[in-house]
Order: sequence, then structure tokens, then C-alpha cells
Amino acid sequence: MGIKWDEFFVTGDPLIFASQIGIALTLVGALAGLTYFKKWNYLWSEWFTTVDHKKIGIMYILLGVVMFFRGGIDGLMMKGQTAVPENEFLNAQHYNEVFTTHGVIMILFVAMPLLIGLMNFVIPLQIGARDVAFPQLNALSFWLTVSGAALFNISFIIGGSPDAGWTSYFPLAGKEFSPGIGNNFYAVALQIAGAGTLMTGINFVVTVLKMRTKGMTLMKMPMFTWTSFITSIIIVASFPIFTVALALMTFDRTFGTHFFTISGGGMDMLWANLFWLWGHPEVYIVVLPAFGMLSDIISTFARKTLYGYKSMVISIVMISVLSMLVWVHHFFTMGNSAGVNSFFSITTMAIAIPTGVKVFNWLFTMRKGRIKFTTAMLWALAFVPNFVIGGVTGVMLAMAAADYQYHNTLFLVAHFHYVLIPGVVFPIFAGLYFWWPKMFGYMLNEKIGKWHFWLFVVGFNVTFMPMFFLGLDGAVRRAYTYSAETGFGPLMMISAVGSVILAAGFAALVYNIYWSARNADRNIGNDPWDARTLEWATATPVQHYNFASLPEVTKLDAFWHMKKNNELQPLTEDEIEEIHLPSNTWIPIYMGVIFGISGFLLVFEWTIAAGIAALGILAGLAFRSFDYDEGFHVHKDEIFETESKWRKSAKKGVKNHVS
Amino acid sequence: MKKSKLFLVSLTSIIAVLLLSGCENNMVVFNPEGPIARQILELINFSIALMLLVTVVVFGLFGFIVWKYREKKDNMDYEPPEEHGSTVLEIIWTVIPILIIVALTIPTVKTIYAIDEIPKGYENKEPLVINVTSADWKWIFSYPEQGIETVNYVNIPEDRPIDFRLTSAGTMQSFWIPALAGQKYTMAKAETQLYLVADNPGSYVGKNTNFNGQGYAGMEFEVLSQTQEDWDQWIKDVKETAPKMTLQEYEKMLEPSHLGRKTFSNTHLEWVDHSDPHSKNYTNPEMYDRGHGWPGKIFEDKDNYKNKDGNNEHSNHGNNEDMKHKESETEDSHGGDHSGH
Repeated sequence: MGIKWDEFFVTGDPLIFASQIGIALTLVGALAGLTYFKKWNYLWSEWFTTVDHKKIGIMYILLGVVMFFRGGIDGLMMKGQTAVPENEFLNAQHYNEVFTTHGVIMILFVAMPLLIGLMNFVIPLQIGARDVAFPQLNALSFWLTVSGAALFNISFIIGGSPDAGWTSYFPLAGKEFSPGIGNNFYAVALQIAGAGTLMTGINFVVTVLKMRTKGMTLMKMPMFTWTSFITSIIIVASFPIFTVALALMTFDRTFGTHFFTISGGGMDMLWANLFWLWGHPEVYIVVLPAFGMLSDIISTFARKTLYGYKSMVISIVMISVLSMLVWVHHFFTMGNSAGVNSFFSITTMAIAIPTGVKVFNWLFTMRKGRIKFTTAMLWALAFVPNFVIGGVTGVMLAMAAADYQYHNTLFLVAHFHYVLIPGVVFPIFAGLYFWWPKMFGYMLNEKIGKWHFWLFVVGFNVTFMPMFFLGLDGAVRRAYTYSAETGFGPLMMISAVGSVILAAGFAALVYNIYWSARNADRNIGNDPWDARTLEWATATPVQHYNFASLPEVTKLDAFWHMKKNNELQPLTEDEIEEIHLPSNTWIPIYMGVIFGISGFLLVFEWTIAAGIAALGILAGLAFRSFDYDEGFHVHKDEIFETESKWRKSAKKGVKNHVS
Repeated sequence: MKKSKLFLVSLTSIIAVLLLSGCENNMVVFNPEGPIARQILELINFSIALMLLVTVVVFGLFGFIVWKYREKKDNMDYEPPEEHGSTVLEIIWTVIPILIIVALTIPTVKTIYAIDEIPKGYENKEPLVINVTSADWKWIFSYPEQGIETVNYVNIPEDRPIDFRLTSAGTMQSFWIPALAGQKYTMAKAETQLYLVADNPGSYVGKNTNFNGQGYAGMEFEVLSQTQEDWDQWIKDVKETAPKMTLQEYEKMLEPSHLGRKTFSNTHLEWVDHSDPHSKNYTNPEMYDRGHGWPGKIFEDKDNYKNKDGNNEHSNHGNNEDMKHKESETEDSHGGDHSGH
């Protein structure tokens, strides 16, 4: 292989050198700390090998938050670089790597893990199930996501980062114009993480279809479950396209085939088509579950049933269908015939119809309600005006002729941040504040939460609003610098200041997590928000078996009606039965590691070594198929004891927190 | 809660003011200098008006509902009614967006078709064909009828339709002159087309909007619109004074670099038309090495122009010794793409 270490490790950039040292010190510190406090065994048996959907969900969220740091620092670096004309903080190459990784990380390693994490935690509880349909597969999904994220993240210190944009358009992303291995990291890391996501999709389709508790028909499911279900179907429909596209990319880059290159008859626009055939639905994969969270949160804090439940369901189904029919709007300017552009203009604009229905339904859910301004609700409320700005500019972009002036400018960049931040990040924050007590048994501090909220929302608007105007003045995206004559300077500076406020908002969240973990009240009962859906009918934090006896559902907002009609009976001893649960397993984490190793070797084009390492994957599969562990049973006495304990304190909690 | 209401009201008004003031500002998209850009602007203005209407209605409704139904000390025992929806209302807010979309669709489709052709009123004037070839990181303009070629600037006569034939020698770029027309991609082995007319003499900025590597930020060109007389004179001058370009010079020109302006009294179309699907490749992978990180393999390209003399210069499959050598060459030919422009 002939490794030259000075090429293997990226050298020559002081920023990267500093982060290399930082990463090394953090790693050593973490390993030493874990050893000193003897936490290895705890981590291994309670977390790394777990198949419990709640713990997997929490680990997903942790991954998302950590990646948010990385992606956020990338964003700050970009804003710092463009704050003034002809800045020399980053050079062109470094800037290209930074915006490429910013895009990939924010979409695939922040939005997706946070949403899938919340789905994992909440969905089985909302449908009254003990776990997802395939618990071990769920753990495998998580570890493959971690593996992909780790592989993608090491690229900037080992081997070189991808630098062809998060869309990695060919021919730029091919060997002809990106000969290093940076873009191999893109192809291989996303392939591994994508496999994990696809399995999650399959898992949740089956979970929602087969694991619902007695009486919960499809039309009685909470809206978050509905949107997650539809999302899972979109995942199953679109991720295989990405899998194929990435595989072809890997062939082009590693074995010299010509699917997308300009030599040898390759077709560069084939990549663009395949990428956006996945990439556009992907936007809805991250936005739809977020819509579902908003629905649940808004109806909880307005103390009303979701308005127009049926039309909400119809809208998400319509959005999911339309999401597959609009991909060409990403390249209106490629010289399509007027007919093609017209068709895709119309399908794209049509998405505004179901989305509009949803917005009005949310507004009317609040009408005649009693709106309680908790931090979670503030995030849900801030969604409406900010997302509307993203939505109307989206309609403007959908008009192909007008898009000739917006395409690839900062106007576009502003638009999609106005969709993705209010449409995905705000709801995720809302969801974190909302479900945090269920996950950890204490609430996040509301006062710090409001700091988090205001800094973030104001910072967000100050950052991205100027970009609309910059774009209309001819500022293109992804340019690492511009001259003073362009006149972009002042607005770029405002935007950069905004990003610092935005970052301060995120810092407030981190401080909130730290503060609340130490100081928050632990005695909050099982239902601190006076909520409406089944996840709040369990203990807080939830026991590993979720429900002692599975609840029976007769209505939408089942838990709310149980509370109202005093149907929440104390559990009697003879009702309790032994509960069967699956055992922990080391196979998923082993698979994650072995996928990571063979992926790493493949990135470096050491194909034979990668092939040998990949035998380890087969070994894992083989081992799994001879694994006859059938799980274990939780004993009746244990269930009775824990159940009576939380039910006693639950009554107290309700008094304290429901006003 | 006063704070959030105040914030929303001020946000709404800021947006409204900014959007409304969009009509009389100096943003380039709002100052079209030709019929095509003007047609697009009309569409944009129409959409802004409609979208502003939507925004105002939703913001108003949102502010009203959130304010009126907020939890107060004196409504703590108010229990909201059980309400599941209203078919009539839901139909209304399905139909209204449909109407808005239809209202937007009609002018959109009309404009899409209109800007695909020579603008109205200019059909009788014969369009001037200019072949545009984008390469890393420069724009090459060939005037096949006049037999001249320019790099990084293009002179056009006013009031005459220009028929740009766009292609690329390598990576994909996007050809954009915001004051005169929208943009179109340039792709190797394919041809796209863009019509425009300039109303007046003047100088306009053109640029690449599609990211294509390290020199991307500097990929701008000047469009100079001249009176017919001035333009004729310029053509004459170029033909008399500009040097001829040779094949070797052209190959050198296609290497990744910034070049500044150049003028020639012949065109490269004599030996290659990059929009032809069977044209040779002019790629130089070894020159794109980033100078740090693992180099990776480079594959030979059978179609490359370098094969013409039978010996392929870059058959060094990840040969590190050679890579190092190539790297220092690259530094030279990049010609300061890090130092701004």
C-alpha cells in the first residue's frame, strides 16, 4: 500500500492541526475518564449492546447533538469567511470542504439522527407497543449511522475532506476533477449510514402496521406516528435510489467505470437525476416527522384535539406522493424543454396546497383553545411565521422561468434554510423540550429555554433574511470570497453577526441540558404537560418494558379521554403477566465497527484489504443466524413493585405540575 | 407574551418593507436591461405580490389567534371545546391555495415558453450566434461568423438578439447574466441555448453560479453592450490586430487557471467543438490535486487529447514520487487562485 504518513494525515493547515490535537486530547481524556471511573462495563451492558428502542433513541439524539456542533462550527467558519470582502481567513479549498461537510452533516447526521431518535423513543410508546418490530435491526441501524458519521468526520484529519458540495455533482465529483480520496469518504460514509436509515424505514413501516395496541386503528394514531409512518414509506421508496447512485459513484471513483464521468460515454446529469430523485424526498423525510411533532405539541398546549385530523392525514399522503414528482426543479436551468420545466413547476407549486391545509389546521387547532406558552410551544409557534417565509419563497423558486434568476444564488440558500430550520430544527427543539421529561425524568429549565428560544430565533432571522436580498443582487452560493465593488459587504456582515447570535442560542440549549441534569426537580409525575397521547400513560422515565399491561384505545387522543373519564384504573396484581423482552446483543455494534473498517479501507482504494475486512460482515451475519437467544421474561413481582411505586408518586406529580 | 407578539409584528413589518422596497432598489434582478430579464422580473413581481398577500393573511390570523386564545390568569378554568374540524373551512383552505397556484401557473408557463425564444419585437433581426465554452476557470466566447474569439469578456451589439450556444470543456457551469437574462447550465458534450437582447449600451456582470472547484469564486466575465457601429468597429479591430490562437495555446488555456482577458482572430471551433458528444476530452486530472491528503488513483482516459502523440503523460497510478512532481507544476499553473482577484 505504501503509506506516506504525511499524506495520510492532512497536514499544512493550522486550523486542522489544532483540531487534530483537540480530537486526540478529547479521545485520550474520554478513554482515561471512562477507565478511571470504571464506566466501561456500564456503557457496554446498558448502552452499547442495548436493543431497547428508548435507549437507542437517546443515543441517536446524542449523536445528532454532537454532530450539530460540528456542522454549526462549519457554518460559523463560512459566515466568518464571507463577513467581509476578500477575507483571507479560509482559502478556496478549505472553504469548499467546509460547505460540503456542513451540508452533508446537517442533513444526514443532524436532522436525520435527531428525528429518528425522537421517532425511536416516542413511536412505540404512542402506539402502545413494547418495542419496535425488529429491536436488533434497530440497534444495527443506529450503529451503521454512527459508523457512517464517524467515517465522514475523520475525513478532515485523515486523507482529506470531500469538497464537491453536498450534492457532489458530476463531473466535478469524479476522478477527473477531484482526484484525491476526499469524495470517496462521501460515497462510502453515506452508503453505510444510508443502509442504516433504510433499515429504520423498513422497521418503522412494520412497527406501525403490526405493533399497534388493541383498538388503535390507523385513523386513531397520533399525528407524529402518522407522519413517521409516511416518512418511513418515503425512506423505503427513495433510499434505494441513493444506494444505487452512491454505488455507481464508488465504481466510477474506485474502479474507473464511466457512469457519470464525461469520458467514456458517461452521463453527468444522470447523477443529478438520481441524486435528486432521492434528495428531494429526503427533504420531506426530515420535514414530515417534524410536522407530526408540531401537531402533537400544538394540540397539547392549546388543550384541543388536532383540527381537521383527516385532512391532515390526506395532506401528508399527498405531500409524500408529490415529493417523488418534483426532483427536476433542482435543475430547471439544465436546458430542459419548456414542457418539462412547466410540468415540474406545477408539481412543485402543488406541494404548497397540502402544506397550506396543514398550516390552517394548526392555526384552527389553537383557535378557541387555551394556549400555554411553554418553551416547547414557543418553538412550535415560531415555526408558523418563519416557515411561511420559507414556503412562499419556495413557491417563487418553483416558477421555472423566475428560477433562472434565483438558481444557485444566496436567495436559494436563504429559502432552504428558512424551510429546514423552522421546519426541522424548531420542531426538533420543541420535541426535545416536550419529551425530555419522558426520557430522563426531569424537565429542561424553562427560563434558560426561553433564552435558547429568543437567541436562536432572532439569530436565525438576522442570519438568513439578508441572504434573500444578496441573492437578488447577484450573490452566488458557495463562493468563498467576493470583491468590495459587488457591494455585498454590509449585508454579509449582518448575516455573520446573526450566525453568532444563532450559535449563542445553541450554547444556551447545551447549558440548559447541563443545568437541568444537575438541578431540575425529579418529582414531576408521569404527565407533566397534561398531554393527550399514550406515551404519557407510562412511568417517567419509562421502564424497559414500556407498559405493564398494554392499553386499549377507543378514541383519538386516547390518554386524554382516559384521564377525563377517569378510566385510568390502578393496576391490580392479578392483571399483571410476565413480559417477554429481547436480550442485549453485541452483534450490531460489531457490525458497525466492521462496516466502518472495511469502509475506511475502501475509501483509501485498498480494495483487497477492504474485501478481506468485509468478510467480517459475513461473519457477523452468520453468527446472528446461529444465535438462538430467545430473550428473557420480566417477573411479575418486579413489575408489580415498580408499577405501584410510580403510580403512587404520579398522582402527586400531576397536582404539582398541571395548572 | 408581549415580547413574542411585538417580535412578530416587527418581523412582519420588516419583511413587508423589505419586500415592497424591492421594487425600487438597486438589486440587479430588479433592474433589467433587456426584454428577457424584464419578462422574468414581471413574473417575479407578480409572484411577490401574491405571496405577500398570503403572508399577510397567515401572519395576521396567526397573531390574532395566538393573542386572543392565550392562557391568562382569568381564563385558567376555561376548558376548550372538543372540536374535530370543519369540512367547509377545510375545503375553503384547500381551494384557495389551488386558485393561487393556478394564478401563478399561467404566467409561469407563458414565461417559460416566451424566454425560450427570440423576444417579441426582435423576430425580424437575425440573431448573432456566440458559442460559449466554459472551462476551469474561464469563459471562452467564439463568434463563428466573425471568426474571432474572446476570453472572459464578450462584446455584443445592442438591440440585436444574441443566441448563446453554451457548452463546457470540463466541469458543469452555469452561465448567468442577471441584468440581461437568466441562467443556463453549460455541460460537456451537450449544448444548451440562451437568447437575450440588450436594450442599451452598457457593461454588465456575468458569472458562473454552479460550483466547480477552487477557482469558482473568480469565474466572472464582462458583457459589454455596444452600438452597432462601435461593435462593427471592434470586430474589425480584433480581426486586424488580435493574434491567432494555436492548438497548443488552446490546450494550455484549458488547464485549470485564471487567465484574465484574451482576444484572438480565430476560433477554437476549427479543431474542437466541445458540445459534440464524440469530441476529445481536455481533462488534466493531475492538475487538480489539492496538495494535501491522500492522492488516490487516477485512471487513464482513452479519449483524452493527450493521446494524440501516442504517449500518455499521466500513466502514474498513484505513483507518489510523480505526484509530488506534478503538484509543484500545479502550483504554477493555478496562477494564484488563492490570492483573490
